[in-house]
Amino acid sequence: MTSYIGRRLLYMVFTMVAVSVVGFAIIKLPPGDYLTFHLQQLQLSGTTMSEAQLEGLRKLYGLDQPDYLQYLKWVANFLQGNLGLSHQWNKPVTELIGERIGLTVLLAVITLAATYAMAIPIGIYSATHQYSVGDYTATVFGFVGLATPNFLLALILMWFSYSVLDFSITGLFSSEYLDAPWSFAKVLDMLKHLPVAIFVVATAGTAGLIRVMRSSLLDELQKQYVITARSKGVEEGQLLFKYPVRIAINPIVSTVGGLLPEIVSGTIITAIVLNLPTVGPLLFTALTAEDMQLASSIVMVLAILTVIGTFISDMLLLWIDPRIRFDQEQTA
Amino acid sequence: MSEAVAAGIGASDAAANERYYLASQWQLIRRKFARHKLAKAGLVVLAVLYFVSIFAEFFAIQDIAKRDTDNIYAPPQRIRFVSEQGFSPRPFVYPLRLEMDREKFRKVYHLETSQPSYLRLLVRGDEYRLWNLFRSDLHLFGVEHGTLYLLGTDKFGRDMFSRVLYAARTSLSIGLIGVAMTFVIGCSLGGISGFFGGRSDMAVQRLIEFMQSIPTIPLWMALSAAMPRNWSPLQIYFAITIILSIVSWGGLARVVRGKLLQLRAEDFVMAATIAGTGPGATIVRHLLPSFMSYLIVNLTLAVPGMILGETALSFLGLGLRPPVVSWGVLLKEAQNVRTVALHPWLLVPGLWVIVTVLAFNFVGDGLRDAADPYKQ
Repeated sequence: MTSYIGRRLLYMVFTMVAVSVVGFAIIKLPPGDYLTFHLQQLQLSGTTMSEAQLEGLRKLYGLDQPDYLQYLKWVANFLQGNLGLSHQWNKPVTELIGERIGLTVLLAVITLAATYAMAIPIGIYSATHQYSVGDYTATVFGFVGLATPNFLLALILMWFSYSVLDFSITGLFSSEYLDAPWSFAKVLDMLKHLPVAIFVVATAGTAGLIRVMRSSLLDELQKQYVITARSKGVEEGQLLFKYPVRIAINPIVSTVGGLLPEIVSGTIITAIVLNLPTVGPLLFTALTAEDMQLASSIVMVLAILTVIGTFISDMLLLWIDPRIRFDQEQTA
Repeated sequence: MSEAVAAGIGASDAAANERYYLASQWQLIRRKFARHKLAKAGLVVLAVLYFVSIFAEFFAIQDIAKRDTDNIYAPPQRIRFVSEQGFSPRPFVYPLRLEMDREKFRKVYHLETSQPSYLRLLVRGDEYRLWNLFRSDLHLFGVEHGTLYLLGTDKFGRDMFSRVLYAARTSLSIGLIGVAMTFVIGCSLGGISGFFGGRSDMAVQRLIEFMQSIPTIPLWMALSAAMPRNWSPLQIYFAITIILSIVSWGGLARVVRGKLLQLRAEDFVMAATIAGTGPGATIVRHLLPSFMSYLIVNLTLAVPGMILGETALSFLGLGLRPPVVSWGVLLKEAQNVRTVALHPWLLVPGLWVIVTVLAFNFVGDGLRDAADPYKQ
């Protein structure tokens, strides 16, 4: 088991190195570097800079060095928590991301929980009431939920609440609390706005999970031990939750790794449409303003958090499911 | 009497069995697929969608760039059969008349119920060049006089129905080309990984894990934003398909690898190797055909992801840009809630996305069940 955890940790480090290469590539992709942008700004304000001055600055920032050296320097800075300057905001990137990352993580975690809270009971109902009206409704909901892009669902809900309910659902806070310091009333206000965002992002994941839960529970319900228990007169509800549900939930728990990147993706795009104060809109404006320093840092922070989240979920699975532990001990 | 019936059943059973045992793999798959009603319906929907999008110029009512400044944000015109004079076997629409509501300071469209305009098949209209080759001005249908806006118009008074049809061509083809690219990358990397094993297998597996463990949308956004602004629409189109397939080949490569690992121990692979067939030829000639059905299922289920990805990127303005139209580009017009509240028909392209993705999912599910040899 320790060797499994060790191997898993090693993979995680490998993934993070790969993520950092991608992050660096994003900064390097657009033509020009930080200085070309700076030069443009200076020219706009009427100041000019001599070739020699430019070369001096280039040396100062290390932009004359080969790419791999720049990369190593950049990684070293990143590890020290220095993510550079955002030229769009003229603020350190760390500060900009720091303001919003808390809500982003909160939203993703709540959405993950909501996905399971919706999918597992609906999946159980669908399997135990196979081919009933409820089962068909869940199936239709599942398919349509999978087919509807997150942002479209957000748009439709926005339109519905705006024109029918006369209530604006954009943003996490009402206008009077936007700049107010944290207080009980502000938290309450946020709780009113949160459900729409969570619902939008959770729908796609829920739709897929319902189908997994339904089919794995249906497989389980046909097994001999269920029939034996039933013939011995075990009460139906007790029979269901004691064994089949607990086994059927396993494939669901093991999908956390696949679900988390999906939820983070969904959260980003939904946050842009609903204008939530997460890193989503920040990433979007950074990309449209070609503020690659900020954009690449956001992509990297999101990817790293997702990788860590997946690692935690794998460890949880190891703890929950004795079969994995046993399997690992056998192979080790 | 009862014996004769029993014998009849026995004979038909035997015939059915014989049909089953003699059928080739593909015949079996086709038969099983035909029993899946939703999948069949999905296939029909997709066939219609692709057919219409291929001949979009002919099915569209007018030129997609034509601006009608008298009919800005015109609501959809309903096709009617019943007028004040009673039932008419020929469908017609009421032309629109724009008026200014002096009290609310808003433009209001009124229906000219006195002059119904009848629909006609095969009318001459705006000139177009089909696939940039054949010059024509023939359209499937149009009206006698006035305008025909089945899905309303946008902020420049352009016909949404025609735009949705042209957009279908872009959105639907991006799915297919992206999947073709996914197929090439997935098969070659999965093939290398499964056939050679060892270190190359290890490297490819880590690469797949890496690709699947990072959130796709932010990565897609960053990559497409890094595209140079001065690229031509065609370059952007291909760049977007490449960006979409960079992330999605992992699933396919896993299937290819798993199947190869299982198959390379088989005797016929050994026979081919002894007969002097090289590794490339063995993979392509002998191994690929044995799990082609799994590949097709996987690819069918990968198309909707591509379509959704393109739609999301274009919706944000990071993907395709006007004058190119795709469903995502059209939905970009619906970003503002106030605009949507006043003109809800701007959301209609989204409905087409949902229908297409649903159809692909149904067909994919049907194919998956059909391709599984252990399911009858």
